[in-house]
Amino acid sequence: MTASTDSSALDLPPGLRARLMVGLEVHVELATRSKMFTSAPNVAHPDNFDAGPNTLCDPVVVGMPGVLPVINQRAVEMSIRVGLALGCRIARFTKWDRKSYYYPDLPKNYQISQYDLPLCFDGALDIPTSEELDAPTKRIRIIRAHLEEDAGKLLHEAPGGVPIDHSIVDLNRAGTPLLEIVTFPDLESPAEVVMFAQTLRHICRHLGVTEGIMQKGHMRFEPNINVILEKDGQVFKTPIVEIKNLNSFKALHDSVAYEYHRQVEDWLQTGKVMDKRAKTTRGWDDVRCETTLQRHKEDADEYRYFPDPDLVPLVIEDRWIEELVAAMPALPRAREQRYVKELGLGLTEARILLDDPRLTTFFEEVLAAGVEPRRATALLLNNGAKRANERNCGVPQLGITPAQIKQIVALADAGKIGSVAVDTLFGLCCDPAPGSQSIDEPRTSASGASGINLPSGSAPGSAGGYSGSGGYAPSQNLEDVARAHGLIQVSDTAALEKFVAEVLADPRNTKALADLQAGKEKALGALLGQVMKLSKGQANPQVVSQIIKQKLQG
Amino acid sequence: MKEGLRFLPMDPTHTTLLECRQAIAGRQISAVEATQAYLQRIARIDPKFSCFVETYPQRAMEQAAQVDAGKVRGPLAGVPLAIKDVLCTDYGRTTCGSHMLENFRAPYTATAVRKLEEAGAVILGKTNMDEFAMGSSTENSAHFITRNPWDPSRVPGGSSGGSAAAMGADLCAGALGTDTGGSIRQPAAYCGVVGLKPTYGRISRWGLVAFASSLDQIGPFTRTVTDAALLLGVMAGHDPLDSTSANAPVPDYLAGLAQPGNGQPLRIGLAKQYLSDQNDPQVNQAVAEAMEVFRKLGATAVEVDMPHTEYGIPTYYLVATAEASSNLARYDGVHYGHRTNEAEDLVDLYCRSRAEGFGPEVKRRIMLGTYALSSGYYDAYYLRALKVRRLIKGDFDRAFAQCDVLLCPTTTGPAFKIGDKIDDPLAMYMNDVYTVNVNLAGLPAVSLPGGFAQVGQTRLPVGIQLIGPAFGEETLLRIAHLFQQHTLFHQARPAAVV
Repeated sequence: MTASTDSSALDLPPGLRARLMVGLEVHVELATRSKMFTSAPNVAHPDNFDAGPNTLCDPVVVGMPGVLPVINQRAVEMSIRVGLALGCRIARFTKWDRKSYYYPDLPKNYQISQYDLPLCFDGALDIPTSEELDAPTKRIRIIRAHLEEDAGKLLHEAPGGVPIDHSIVDLNRAGTPLLEIVTFPDLESPAEVVMFAQTLRHICRHLGVTEGIMQKGHMRFEPNINVILEKDGQVFKTPIVEIKNLNSFKALHDSVAYEYHRQVEDWLQTGKVMDKRAKTTRGWDDVRCETTLQRHKEDADEYRYFPDPDLVPLVIEDRWIEELVAAMPALPRAREQRYVKELGLGLTEARILLDDPRLTTFFEEVLAAGVEPRRATALLLNNGAKRANERNCGVPQLGITPAQIKQIVALADAGKIGSVAVDTLFGLCCDPAPGSQSIDEPRTSASGASGINLPSGSAPGSAGGYSGSGGYAPSQNLEDVARAHGLIQVSDTAALEKFVAEVLADPRNTKALADLQAGKEKALGALLGQVMKLSKGQANPQVVSQIIKQKLQG
Repeated sequence: MKEGLRFLPMDPTHTTLLECRQAIAGRQISAVEATQAYLQRIARIDPKFSCFVETYPQRAMEQAAQVDAGKVRGPLAGVPLAIKDVLCTDYGRTTCGSHMLENFRAPYTATAVRKLEEAGAVILGKTNMDEFAMGSSTENSAHFITRNPWDPSRVPGGSSGGSAAAMGADLCAGALGTDTGGSIRQPAAYCGVVGLKPTYGRISRWGLVAFASSLDQIGPFTRTVTDAALLLGVMAGHDPLDSTSANAPVPDYLAGLAQPGNGQPLRIGLAKQYLSDQNDPQVNQAVAEAMEVFRKLGATAVEVDMPHTEYGIPTYYLVATAEASSNLARYDGVHYGHRTNEAEDLVDLYCRSRAEGFGPEVKRRIMLGTYALSSGYYDAYYLRALKVRRLIKGDFDRAFAQCDVLLCPTTTGPAFKIGDKIDDPLAMYMNDVYTVNVNLAGLPAVSLPGGFAQVGQTRLPVGIQLIGPAFGEETLLRIAHLFQQHTLFHQARPAAVV
């Protein structure tokens, strides 16, 4: 998709120029094990994707009397890592504020958020302007990224689409850590908006802070849109519209494009421009493909923010930031460059490897095990992907370990197994097994200037990783396995000579023999095939070829 | 009667908490006997004063039996206590004196209560209070009015009136209250008992139903400072479930009482702003006499200036109501608590549930707080209140550079008549004039029985207040203990309950 061309498909009257201006608010659900302010399991963590309604609740989630929030340190850490990836400054002192509004999916009737002191601020994200490897980038400035808790969900039909005459609440999502990222209005076309959103999603997934599954609402977008019109040297700005809660790239693209047209047409008809009143809020109708004005609440902007007295301010020490900076992984765009330019992979292959961060990690572990990059790519994207598709999982979840892959490659290189056996052996090493872990995460301790505790662990807990418990223990010698399964090629000349003699003696092969002696190399294939058949596929084809040639010469 | 019946060598309901504990530990009486004695006394006397909202006789007897069987040990083994109905327990109901939570059963227990129980305490029941701890007379309870054991026509004070009256009438060996603007100290003064409000953060607030989160603190009612030190020591400490609880070491408060001071003469601070001539003269006289007691013990009086004292009440009523308006937003009839039967739509459900569930004082404060936080008013009210709060704290900081503790009245006068102030919220709020600043500054303070006021034919207790620097409970309690060692006020009992 190209970034800045598709919004001009609008027929404007002569002399009128229109420029789209979009700022984006992005909500990212962080995949911590537990919720933002309590140890109840987090619905945005893969372990809990399938939890039944209202099963991820505790007294804090439900907002019962007398309970108190405690900050999830891991969520703070993830947010800082996203902030660092976006080139943000990280606040050394930040606090929590209550945002008040009444809604049944918000149990306390206030949301714990950050009002005037966001955790991350003053950043930028450079987005590519085309699909090319070395596409020029455009800088989108980031105003802030702050941490808050998500609300639950209000449902108007029972599970399974059963109609009901009342609304029901599912609080599984309530209290999920939510990072809200706000950009300046630097986006100028629907394609740019989508490119920004996709780039951000890619980065967040590679940082391991979210699974980024759009259908599950792991990332939700709220574009703020208006149009700058120029006519006869005069500038007009259409009123700003915020579109709420978009959770697909298509809806994001189409709603921004629609709104651009709508606002220009509205201006042409009414001449209405931006004034001091609050921006209006519109919703996106996926079926009719249009935005609709949402019911305007009188007190829409009356959130009565004030510092949450149940939480102590967060003091973030330089040392912690330094540790997080040191542990930052290479971002996807940098890796893409390296894969193509240094490892010699094709751009398409590189992008497939980078599309799923677990696969990227796994790929790099296979490289670290000593496998040549293109060889590793071929194994993962052919032998691996085939099985992953069958099992509906990712390659890293197959159970095969990087060390096993290295062993398979070594066996092939030593001529001990052939290409068919490579695939068979790869398959023998696969057998996914799920793992489980407790949900407790470090939380910040008491008041006082110390603020947050430093994490005790080393690397941040990535949501992914392979199980490493495949069909064969990673420690087991795969040559033994290959032998047990009859996959080892026979290179023993004495044994092979018997097969070759048998084939050469066969009167049906007289013609092939003659052809070969006449220099027709093609004839070797037919003879080789027969030897292979006799050896039940275990003969080393190279050795066999040599023997045949020797026999003919001798 | 029963075979096991025997004359107790002592009446546990007429001892201090420490004596009761020692009697049980020394097997002079059993925990079951002590618990039974209190339960019987509650059955006999509480109908006159209505201190308890509910009691847990069966559970209490089981707890006591566990102690007697040696299965539960600890510094409070077998000691029967009462707790304010704002503290959640995973047994019984926690109503906060409100229709809103009339049938609320918490699935968790407040950390402070859990620690007491783990130390062997027996929980007799929950005591009446002003709805959501908003009030100074316990008249705002949705259940019933609690009466002062010294004069049943008078209020016990509030909001922890039930606990104070239960202590004053010897219906428990100790009791818990909560203090947001004086809700432990004022009723302690009115009922003639000791009431300790610890430093903010000293005791976990987990399980305490919030009124104003930055001010609320749990504390004990007792007969003696020794007993208060004992209970404080059990409850104090950091709680991972309350990030505002302090991660500061907990001294042995009980042992600290016997410690000598730093060798220097005690410096008792007196501020003219706390000795208004608007006070009942008998209150000012009690403070003067207390100073005399300290002087005779070698202390010197230091005059300190607390220039921002007068802004305490307006500041408190902005901060506390702002926080309350947010804390009480969750009571909306959706997830738990009272829900109206006749809602037309969602907004109507909210409005009716809250209109039906809350009493007038709670509604008044929610409206005040909502107003103070609204855009256009926030800077003028809430933000300014925060600034004044810092100035008030500054007054205390300067004072404690000059003195060890401050001595002042707890209240402007003795307990008032039921009904006298209920229709005059401002007069009611002025009850807290000597207590709110302590909460705004987050300091520890204790109200001690300090004398009596003669009102007509009635003799009523008067409280004196000692205020200490943050986390200075050890010194504060030592000085308070010193006072009790040289006075007898805390031994007096109302005639009606002897």
